[in-house]
Amino acid sequence: MSDSNKITFSPESEALIKNLVKRYPEGKHKSALLPALHIAQAEFNGWLSAPVMDKVAELLNLQPIEVYEVASFYSMYNLKPVGKCLIEVCRTSSCWLRGAEDVVKHIEKRLGIKDGETTTDGKFTLKTVECLGSCGTAPMLQIGQTFYENLTLEKVDKILEEWKDAGKHSSYLDEHTFRNI
Amino acid sequence: MGRKLLLENDHIEGIHSYEVYRKNGGYKSVEKALKSMTPEAVVEEVKKSGLRGRGGAGFPTGMKWSFLAKPEGVPRYLVCNADESEPGTFKDRYLMERIPHLLVEGMITSSYALGANTGYIYVRGEYFYIIKILEQAISEAYTNGWLGKNILGTGYNLDLYVQCGAGAYICGEETALLESLEGKRGNPRIKPPFPAVKGLWECPTVVNNVETIAAVVPIVNDGGDAYAAIGIGKSTGTKLISASGHIKKPGVYEIELGVSVEEFIYADEYCGGILNDKKLKAVVAGGSSVPILPADLILKTASGEKRLMTYESLADGGFATGTMLGSGGFIVMDESTSIVKNLHTFARFYHHESCGQCSPCREGTGWMEKILHKILDGHGTLADVDLLWDIQRKIEGNTICPLGDAAAWPVASAIRHFKSEFEAYVTNRKSIPDVKYYFHCNNLDAAAAYSSL
Amino acid sequence: MAKVTIDGITIEVADGTTILQAARMIGPDVAPPTMCYYSKLKTSGGYCRTCLVEVSKGSEKDPRPMPKLVASCRTGVMDGMEVKNTSSEKVRDARAGVVEFLLLNHPLDCPVCDQAGECHLQDLSYEHGNYKTRTEFERRTFDKIDIGNKIQLHMTRCILCYRCVKTAEQITDGRVHGVINRGDHAEISTYVEQAIDNDFSGNVIDVCPVGALTDKTFRFKSRVWFTKPMYAHRNCDKCSGKVSLWYKGDDVLRVTGRKDQWGEVEEFICNTCRFDKKSTSDWVIEGPAPINRHSVISANKYAKLVKPKEFTLNDIKAITD
Repeated sequence: MSDSNKITFSPESEALIKNLVKRYPEGKHKSALLPALHIAQAEFNGWLSAPVMDKVAELLNLQPIEVYEVASFYSMYNLKPVGKCLIEVCRTSSCWLRGAEDVVKHIEKRLGIKDGETTTDGKFTLKTVECLGSCGTAPMLQIGQTFYENLTLEKVDKILEEWKDAGKHSSYLDEHTFRNI
Repeated sequence: MGRKLLLENDHIEGIHSYEVYRKNGGYKSVEKALKSMTPEAVVEEVKKSGLRGRGGAGFPTGMKWSFLAKPEGVPRYLVCNADESEPGTFKDRYLMERIPHLLVEGMITSSYALGANTGYIYVRGEYFYIIKILEQAISEAYTNGWLGKNILGTGYNLDLYVQCGAGAYICGEETALLESLEGKRGNPRIKPPFPAVKGLWECPTVVNNVETIAAVVPIVNDGGDAYAAIGIGKSTGTKLISASGHIKKPGVYEIELGVSVEEFIYADEYCGGILNDKKLKAVVAGGSSVPILPADLILKTASGEKRLMTYESLADGGFATGTMLGSGGFIVMDESTSIVKNLHTFARFYHHESCGQCSPCREGTGWMEKILHKILDGHGTLADVDLLWDIQRKIEGNTICPLGDAAAWPVASAIRHFKSEFEAYVTNRKSIPDVKYYFHCNNLDAAAAYSSL
Repeated sequence: MAKVTIDGITIEVADGTTILQAARMIGPDVAPPTMCYYSKLKTSGGYCRTCLVEVSKGSEKDPRPMPKLVASCRTGVMDGMEVKNTSSEKVRDARAGVVEFLLLNHPLDCPVCDQAGECHLQDLSYEHGNYKTRTEFERRTFDKIDIGNKIQLHMTRCILCYRCVKTAEQITDGRVHGVINRGDHAEISTYVEQAIDNDFSGNVIDVCPVGALTDKTFRFKSRVWFTKPMYAHRNCDKCSGKVSLWYKGDDVLRVTGRKDQWGEVEEFICNTCRFDKKSTSDWVIEGPAPINRHSVISANKYAKLVKPKEFTLNDIKAITD
């Protein structure tokens, strides 16, 4: 067992996870695992370390392996550290048809990294992903919960500029994402 | 101009908000259903409407609803499948973003019909900003008495929740979605039992697509017959089509089923023609899973009839010369497109998204991607093309869930209709300049250019 | 009761019986092969697709054939159902495909694999596979992992049948190992390589159809076909104490559960019996183990054979040659 007792969630996050459990019938608290992992990832620098996952297991009263199984199945959970800004570029058919490769090449050149890598200063991670449902506004990329669509290389430059001094890790959620019950 | 049922009020400013939505006739179906109809009567209207599942399979919704088991004392659930992930499809996102209350309203009316007191909307994780929008809409619906206890004083109770996914196409398969909703890996279940008997937490459950549930609203408001009067034959009502690729006006269009494919591609009202007025080469008409068709076969059936945007017309000719309406993800490719490279993006997609439970899909999808990569890299042989054909044949129909079929069909159809292009890649590779494969690719598609010489 | 006909042989079985169970009742040469189904484990089966069969007649009431091949381990019989196993070319073709898929990333390191000789994947390939390899890509590999000091996980050999996961779930308390990652990256793992610290963890070795989970106390001690299985028992406060002892000369090289003709253990045994009791004096010897279909020990298959009526072995050879 890893050292989960060193991990502490903020009181808000812990309360939110407890609140999420109310969405399911009694005894079905495992259903809160996916949102809880998102919350954990948002809180701990955009990725899930083993101690963080163990802590989630503890909060939801699950076996750690149940958490690892789930965390490693879904592509949005990062099991390795990522840069402050995680750039996810869609590369499937419609985006490819409209120039996604040029976008990826451009970012690789600008940041000096390849797909899947993080810049040495820890600011950016580039990840190519499969269809994000933005085919009509292709090409596109996602950073946190924001979709940047109808990309041109100039737009990409602006986005990189916008994110170069990000203070916090890009996140899929914010404090308003989930409604309290 | 075709009739619009779901996007009728799309142009109204602020339609995403409760006040504007309500002022424009929102939540009328809930009032009508709860106050003047029995649940059975609502199901009856949906049956009469001929509505078919809009997620891709096209199964009659009324029939699906009537399969729901109703044992005493066991809760039933309605789960909305908003895990829209089929490449080329973005209609549900559009609907939820623009008119979230339509989905909430549809969920309430449908839950009432099914006798469900709890509903979940499972939204793919990548759509987190949509989750926020839905949470807001649900919150407003609670505040205004459309959700919660004793709705409209009728004694009917309903709680509605949003559940987030975390990046897995397979969760669009209904039993995988239920597994995921239970907090597990998104592995499809082996059927039977079907969700209608044993679904969420082993309780009877109906899983419907966003658009399907939204369509229940006009069906209840105007009656099933009125809905069935739109469209042709068994393709009733309207359908949201996500149009993308090489067209002038990509976007979501609500069409009356029965519009011709030609009109849909070329009319200003819809796609507006091919980008830069190039020639049409091929279309994937219903999301990445359905067979790709070359221009001549998508515009006209093999027997020379005009191809229409209906379940039946698109399927005319079977897989030999036809395709499927699927999810309505309409991807258009112009004459410069390499079918092989496009296919590789699909193959990579299915490889990436295979859950890994059953062996043909787990191993076969990766194998096909590798062979396509090899062909694109200029190292393929004619035997590789035959091998691809044989692999897809051995995956199709032999897997637990339809992902295996979905991975096989694009490969089969690309080889069936564009074999010469594969051959150009493998036989003339030395004469093709720079087919070196990035992730990728070069803008210049040498092989495609070669094959069209 | 339901009457079902499999490859031309009719048998009457209780309602709720699966096609596979019915076929097994007829006999080993009619029963479809299985790699993931395990009758002692609930919800096992359905994954590997080796037991696919063709249902040429659904039932007496609804005689329509089923549109797709079905997993016989997960499909119940209906009265009047007619099933084609090896008599269906579609089935033979699909099965050969499944074998190819299972071998695609398998290392084929049988010469140094402790499972060789009692490996179900070897048997399956031999009986149902093609003779040619069509893949040329590098195979997926993983590092070996020790799960505690008695069990080794050789993930490269794994075919993801999920039997070990279900064993851990159903007969041990507090599962610590499971399937992580997705698709063809999926692997059995404890993630942080924790030992399976449980009295019954050793059973994952017995249920593994290939050499992915092996007994470290038996590692490289002998080829299995040079060992002799004897039935023995002892008084054990944790399990039934009924085991097979595998002898080479006078030495007990390993202890396993007793396996039936389908290669499934009859009863799960505890780790004390399996790993710690390796002297003849620990046991009451009952005598030589009976013939086992899934072992080289029973290469001649002394059991009474029931041949499929509509199909002979020569037909297979003709297709696969």
